[in-house]
This record gives sequence, structure tokens and C-alpha cells, in this order.
Amino acid sequence: MSLLLFTVLTLCGLGVVAAVILYFVANKFKVYEDPRIDEVEQMLPLANCGGCGFAGCRNFAEALVNNEDIAPLYCPVGGGDMMNNIAGFLGKAAAVKEPQVAVVRCAGSCANRPQTNIFDGVKSCAVEASLYGGETGCTYGCLMKGDCAVSCNFDALHLDPETGLPVVDQEKCTACGACVKACPKNIIELRKRGPKDRRVFVSCVNHDKGGVARKACKVACIACGKCAKICPFEAITVENNLAYIDFNKCKLCRKCPPECPTGAIWAVNFPAPKPKPEIPAAEAVKPTVKKPIKEEASVSAS
Amino acid sequence: MLKTFRLGGLHPSDNKLSRSNSISECGLPETVFIPLSQHIGAPATACVAKGDKVKVGQLVAKASGFVSSNIHSSVSGTITSVDNLPDAGGIRRPTITIKVEGDEWLEDIDRTDTIIRNCNLDSKQIIEKISSAGIVGMGGATFPTHVKLSIPPDKKAECLIINGVECEPYLTSDHRVMLERGEEFLIGVRILMKAIDVNKAYIGIENNKRDAIDHISGLAANFEGIEVVPLKVRYPQGGEKQLIDAIIRRQVASGALPISVGAVVQNVSTTLAIYEAVQKNKPLFERVVTVTGKNIPTPANLMVRIGTPISFVIDKCGGLPEDTGKIVNGGPMMGRSMSNPDAGVTKGTSGILIFKEKESVRAAATTCIKCAKCVSVCPMGLEPYLLYKLSQRQLLAETEENRVFDCIECGCCSYTCPAALPLLDMIRLSKMEVMRIIRERNLAK
Amino acid sequence: MNKKLVIAPSPHIHGSDTTSRLMRDVLIALIPAFAVSVIVFGINSLVITAVAVGACVLFEYIIQKFLLKGPNTIVNLSAVLTGVLLAFNMPPHIPLWIVIIGALVAIGVGKISFGGLGANPFNPALVGRVFLLISFPVQMTTYPSPAPDAMSGATPLAFVKEALKSGRSVSDIMPDLISYQDMFIGFKGGSLGEIAAAALILGFIYLLWRRVITWHIPVVIVLTMGIFSGILHLAAPESYIGPLFHILNGGTLLGAIYMATDYVTSPMVRKGMVIYAIGIGIITILIRVFGAYPEGMSFAILIMNAVVPLLNKYVKPKRFGEVIQN
Repeated sequence: MSLLLFTVLTLCGLGVVAAVILYFVANKFKVYEDPRIDEVEQMLPLANCGGCGFAGCRNFAEALVNNEDIAPLYCPVGGGDMMNNIAGFLGKAAAVKEPQVAVVRCAGSCANRPQTNIFDGVKSCAVEASLYGGETGCTYGCLMKGDCAVSCNFDALHLDPETGLPVVDQEKCTACGACVKACPKNIIELRKRGPKDRRVFVSCVNHDKGGVARKACKVACIACGKCAKICPFEAITVENNLAYIDFNKCKLCRKCPPECPTGAIWAVNFPAPKPKPEIPAAEAVKPTVKKPIKEEASVSAS
Repeated sequence: MLKTFRLGGLHPSDNKLSRSNSISECGLPETVFIPLSQHIGAPATACVAKGDKVKVGQLVAKASGFVSSNIHSSVSGTITSVDNLPDAGGIRRPTITIKVEGDEWLEDIDRTDTIIRNCNLDSKQIIEKISSAGIVGMGGATFPTHVKLSIPPDKKAECLIINGVECEPYLTSDHRVMLERGEEFLIGVRILMKAIDVNKAYIGIENNKRDAIDHISGLAANFEGIEVVPLKVRYPQGGEKQLIDAIIRRQVASGALPISVGAVVQNVSTTLAIYEAVQKNKPLFERVVTVTGKNIPTPANLMVRIGTPISFVIDKCGGLPEDTGKIVNGGPMMGRSMSNPDAGVTKGTSGILIFKEKESVRAAATTCIKCAKCVSVCPMGLEPYLLYKLSQRQLLAETEENRVFDCIECGCCSYTCPAALPLLDMIRLSKMEVMRIIRERNLAK
Repeated sequence: MNKKLVIAPSPHIHGSDTTSRLMRDVLIALIPAFAVSVIVFGINSLVITAVAVGACVLFEYIIQKFLLKGPNTIVNLSAVLTGVLLAFNMPPHIPLWIVIIGALVAIGVGKISFGGLGANPFNPALVGRVFLLISFPVQMTTYPSPAPDAMSGATPLAFVKEALKSGRSVSDIMPDLISYQDMFIGFKGGSLGEIAAAALILGFIYLLWRRVITWHIPVVIVLTMGIFSGILHLAAPESYIGPLFHILNGGTLLGAIYMATDYVTSPMVRKGMVIYAIGIGIITILIRVFGAYPEGMSFAILIMNAVVPLLNKYVKPKRFGEVIQN
């Protein structure tokens, strides 16, 4: 009996001592936090993707609450509505940004771009890029090792087993920019989503001179400048042997895609005027789908 | 007991196939491709244009800063282009192309065989000459030599260490230079001693080059203050920090330079180039390249003009064998494999190593069994298995805590790993990232 | 140039070590001990080892192929090694079905449930053995007289423990005990693989020569056990038996050389290895002298296995540049 009593008393005593210590420690190390941080955090997508430039949603929430001017802060995942909600809650003005989507600017599939050597290292674009120019004649294009797919927190990027190129699932893409950072070749760009997801862009990043680029890849931009000439809105610039379409100036008139001799300009998600017979297998699409599931090329130039 | 460094290391079979083949001339190709960036630091700026005629030894590109290096024409002929051409890795970089016409040297280069022992220049003049001759570290790191020799005013060099270790398997170019150009090499050592104002020089030579140790020791008796230190055969003894540790028992702290322990390290070929530059007025436009590999018909040590296409050099040794799988620029442990053999030889090309197809492909990686072999061979006292895991998860802060920036990329971990994991691939990646972050952080300060 | 060249980051050569080569070397190192066990215990030893190895390999194959649908991992020989070590920890007359259960626990629970080779925190063979020891205490601690000239009944450890408990003094026990020479060569009761001290040391030399393991763990374990039991013995010579007895008997050598040095479950850094080995030595003696079981090696190794992740995290190797500058 005394043993039992002793045990119970000892345990109780220990408990009391520990509680007292805890009380003082908790008091001593207490940190005051603005309760709004918690609330704002809950309004965020909580994906901790880093698309806002902060380490995580919590840090972003802190910045939103603590900064006077939150205009430079933007969460691409939550989008404009969410930012407005948060701004309303905090009584500040949020930035207005057009929704964006990640666009892969390389069409150098295995068929278009012949392999010239074999890379035998760890499966990582970053490692390959740090070592040499890549497995093909094009030293600018996609390395096909999928660093972008690994970096995507939203399961929106996958390597197409047939072409070897990454494909963006535009329904899932939140334009957080993780893939843009992950790509050592800077192929992926965040572009304006466009009305009904319609976009026109140059699917090439090769800065080599025309002949060299063409030799390395069938669908490379050869910087002939025809697209720039035909563009009525001066949206296309050819610089350093590469054409680029400014998505803010582009009015989606689709005059340029047929001009391109190599088919490097893509117009996606437009309803096709009529079915075309010559569609490369790798880029075959269902152009008439109204609400496209994936971003695919409704190959414009035939 | 022979001296060696104190942490890690291993002993790959050395395969010095070309060790007894004396240095021979490679000959002149039809065209040479001279890249403007053959050194660490800013690329040189071309000072010739298409159509210009140049002679051997003429300056074709000027150093564009302190950490940069002059580049000289290695042939006489006409410049056909100054353009971006693919380097050995296929990436386009500024390159001067020269069509070879005859072999006309600049008049002030002394082409005689006479060995000139006396050097009356002072330290500053020597370094000036080295700088204008465009000499860079020829062991592979290609750091401009004049930068290394310009000792900060608050530091004092105590000794010169000459790296005659050549710890990379297969390579024999430094070995042959020591055997065949021993006296000139030793004069180069004396010049270097004068340049950095020290009266002690150690020449570290691994014990698998007994003939070189004997030869240089014999010659060194005539030179004041030069001591040959035979070293135990162990990779990566040629690493600067490892060599200093092996010879003078001092360890350079993390992030510090060898001068912090009073040492300056130079490579054998570099030392010979310094002799030629200072005594013979000959800028760096040719070097000894070991062409080797198990299936190469005639492994050789060739004197090659900078810019000679690598394929041309290989043809001189019997051509590229049928079953070639990989061509490596440098040694097998740290060399870079190349995708474009038509690129030119650079100042840092110590060897061209050809692997058979069978030798070229890595074994499939399995899982880490935590055998700790990587930890025990790491010469920097790192934990490669841990850095590998952290790099895979992109935990950069943790890799920094575990001192990924100390990695010298010697490859011992990948070499020894029984699971054939690509340890160094991943570690190198996070090292680059961490170094970048550290640089940014320092800039911000 | 039409041929595609291979491009890879350096290094371009690889050493001769592979996982299966390392495992094979450990198996080779165990051959002398196996030979002694066959000589002492006869055909039983052969059968038990064959069954244990067969069961381990089979379970690994089945689980890997049908449950996990993963790659075939038999080729790395780790399952074979687990089987041999498990068998070496069995008494010579154990029913075979118990061995098979042990193999299932060792492979299934001890190894694959944690993610397979390389991910298991505990030595699989010891997980199997300890599971059996707790589940089937009678069968696992019955050591019938192995050969006419070997000591009958219990193992020397159990015998000494019983005797000391019943109040006899060490000097009183000694005449009843087999000679140290027999203990060294292996004519005594015990598990299959643990009896032959000499053969185990022979294997140790082979492993050192092949650079499969370093000397740190085995030597430090044995030294710690020797010192600790030596202190006890010196303090009270009549109540505690001497260090040599502890080192030569029970699973000391088998455990120290082959089980504690298991790559996966031992520390990565030399300093960590030494701490780990000291821990094993102390715990083993504590269990043997003060605990309920006559033998403590398996428990000691398992307990210290649990500490290994902590050691790996906090014990760092000597970095370059931190070595004293002299």
C-alpha cells in the first residue's frame, strides 16, 4: 500500500514541477504575433510553392500583414480574386495581374531534333546543363530530363513519353513559376493565359543562326523575320536570331503562324478552321475541343 | 614511410600506358580553333579580325581584366573567322579560327635549344612576362598564373610547391616533361622562386614515377633550395590543398587560399611554360598532351599547338578506334567528356583519354547501403552520402551546413561507391547552387 | 562522326566494389566458422543454415516480386547473408519451422517493411533472432550436448550465470567449466556460428584484408567488454568472472565482427563507430552480469542500432582544415 502511495505521490509531484517549469518557460519565450497573420494564411492556398517569392505561405501572410504597400506582392496560385479578398480583409490595395500560365517554348521532340550523343549521368537537367550543351545539336532546347516536372507542386507538368518534352496541364497550372526557375535552359515562360486560353507564341529558344538552328532541329526558329513583318501590331521582335512575341501586344490575329517556314509559331486552343491532313503525330490534337483539357498545339502551319 | 595527405583518398589503378613514350611533335593541322576562354575568369578580347595575317606567337586576344589571360596564335596563317563556335561540350563560345599557312614564328622568340640558366629580371618583371605570355595553370584548373603569383601585400610566401604528382590515372604529360626537359623545368622553378621571393621549393612526385624522382633529384643538386619530395601514390594528391598537406603538413582552412599557409603551388607543365616565356620569349601556344586509352593503337605524349582540333590529335595516334564510347578531356577522375571532338585543344588539356564503349557506360545505380566508404575516402572530410541525399531533396541550407562548398570534386566518392550512386553529380549541383548563394550573400553585405 | 559519344560527369572510372562483392566477401569470411559448426554439430548445422538461407531468399523474392512489384534484389546477396547470420544465431537442435518463422520476421519485418536494403534501422538477422528468443524461449535456449567431448547442457554463459546466481563463487565454478582452449576452438555448447572463436577471428582478418570493414567496431566492442568485465572481476573476483571468458563465449565475436559491423545499421563516421561500439560493449556486459538473460549481445546491438541515426546526425567526420596544424 505504501509503495502504491509513494508511486502516486512521486508522479504527481513530478507533474506539478514540470507544469510550473512549463508555465515559466512559456511566459518567457512568448512571441506576440498578429492574429491576422493566421487568418490571412488560412485564406492562402497553403501550397507552399514559393511562387510569391517567399519561402512559404506563412511568410507571405506575414509580409501581407506587415507591409504597408502590398501591391508588389502577388500569389499567382490564388489569383486576383483571392488577392482582392485578402486586400479587402486587410484594408489594403492588392495588385491586379492577369492570369498567367506556364508555356514550354521548345518543340524539339525526338523526331524533330536528332540525338547526337548520349548523356550518362544522373537524370537531371541541371546536371546535364552544367556539363555541356546537351544531347542534341541544339544547345538551347529542352534537355528532357524533367526537372520542371519534379519542381511542379501541382502535378501540372509531365514529360510526354512520345516527344520527351514537358506538357503543361493548363487546368492545373497555377503559374507559380517553380518550373521557370527549375529549367536551366529558361525554356518555360509565364505568359498571359489569354481569352479562352488562346495563345500565340514562338515555340523555340534557339539563338543560333538560321542554318545552324535548322540543322539541329526541324522546327527551330530560323529568325527569318517574316512573322515580324506581317504582324500588324508590332508584337513580334527578332533579336539575337530568335523571334519573340510580346503577349501584351499580341491581339491573337493569327497572321504569323502560317508565315513561319518551320512551324515554330504555335497558336493554341483556337478552334480549327478545318481539319488539316498533315499533322505531325507527336503534336496531334483535337483542335475542336471547346474546353481543352491540356494545352496542345492546334498546329497552325501545315 | 613516404609522405602523403592525411584525410581520405584512394588508389585507382594508374594505367600509365604512355609513361615510356617520349614527347613527339604532333604536327600542324590545316585549321586551328582557338577559344577566347581557355582560363578561369573573363574571356579574352580578340584583337585581330577576319582576314588578318598572323605569325606563331602573335597576340590574338588580350586579357580583359586582371583575372583573365592573353591568348597567342599557335600557328601562322590567315584568320578566317572570329565567331561563336561549338566548344568540346557543344556550347558556342567565341573562337578564333586560323587557316594554317607555313610555320613562321615571331622573330623575338628564341627557337634554339640552348638552355639559358641566368635570369636577371626582378620579381615584378618576371610576373609581367608571365602575364603577357598568357600562362595559366596547365594541370586542368587553368587559373591565370600571374594572379596566383601576385601575392597580396599583407601575406608572405614561405615556400614554393611544384606539383609533379600527376595523380590522375592514364596521364603522363608532366612525367615526360620532368624526364625530358628536367633542366629547363628546374630553371623554371628557380624563376618562380625569384618571382615570389622564397628560398625553398619542394617538388612533390608520386612514387610510381621513380625515374622522374631520380632524374630530378640528380639535377636538383645543382640548384639551390630545391628539394624533391617522393610521395606515396594516392589520389587526389595533386589537389592543391592535399599536396600542401602532404608536403608541409599544413592544412588550408575552408575557403582560404594556399598563401594563407605560406605556400604557392604550380604545376610542372606550367613551370616549363614559365621558363620558356621568361628565358626564351615564347608565349604559351603549345603544350604536351597525353593521348591515351586502352584501345588506342599508339598511346603518345604529343607537343600540340593550342587550337589543334582534338580529332586531328587523335588521328596522329592511329585514329579513333571503332569501339570508342567516350572521349575525355583530361584525366579519368576529373576530366570532362566531350561531345564535339572537332573543338580545339586548350591550355588546360593535359590529356585526351579515349574509353571503349564497354568502359564508357556507368553501372546502374542501386540503393545506398550506408557502407560509409564515401566518408572514409573523402579527402575533405565530408559526408558524400549525406550531401547526395540532401541535394536530391534540394535542401540547400543543410548542404551548406555540411560544407558542400569544401568539395573539390575529386570523384573519390563516386569512384568507390559499391552501389554506383552518382554521388558527385548531385553534390556538384548543390555545390554550384550554394556557391552562388554565398556569392550573392557576400555581395549583399 | 556518326557514332554517338557518351557524355557523363566525372569521374569516368569506377572502383571494383559492388554491393554483391561486399556481401560475398562477408559470406566467404563466415566459411571457417561454418566449417567448425558442421564439425561440432554435424549435419544439423548444414540443414539449419540451408533452410534459413533458402527461406530468407524465398521471402525476399516473393515479397519483392508479388507484394511490392519491385526489382529483383536477390542478386545483391544481402538476403543470403541475413539467412546465414540468422542460422548462426540458432541453437543446433531448433525445429526447422521456427527457423522459417525467424526468416520471415527477419526479411519481412526486419528489412523490407522499412524499405529494403539500406533503409532498415535494425540488423534483420538480429530482429529475427530476438523475435524467436522472445516467442520461443524454450526452444531457443535449449542446447543439447552437441558432441561427446563438448560440454553438455547449457552454454558456458548460461551455466556460469546459473551457478553464480545459486551462490557459488567463481573459483568454485572454474573446475566445472571447459578449458579456455576449447572455448577458443569451439568445442562447447552454443548457437551454430558463435562457438568457434578462432574461426571467427580468421574471418575478421579476411574482412580487414579485403577492406570490407574497418577494425574500429569489433576491436572497440571487445576492448570495452574486456575492460568493463575486467573492472568488475578485479573489484570482486569471486562474484564476477574474468574478461577472457566474456570475450570467448556467447555471441561476442560473431556479434562484434559480423553483426555490429553491418553497414546499414552501423554509424558512418569513425568517431560514431567508436561510440556505438563502446555502447554495445557496456550494454552486453550489463545484460550478461546484471540482467535476466545470460547473453546480451543481440539486445545490445539492437539498442545501439537505434542510436545510430542520432550518431550519424551529430557526429561529424574530421573536416579538412580542422586537423591540428603542426
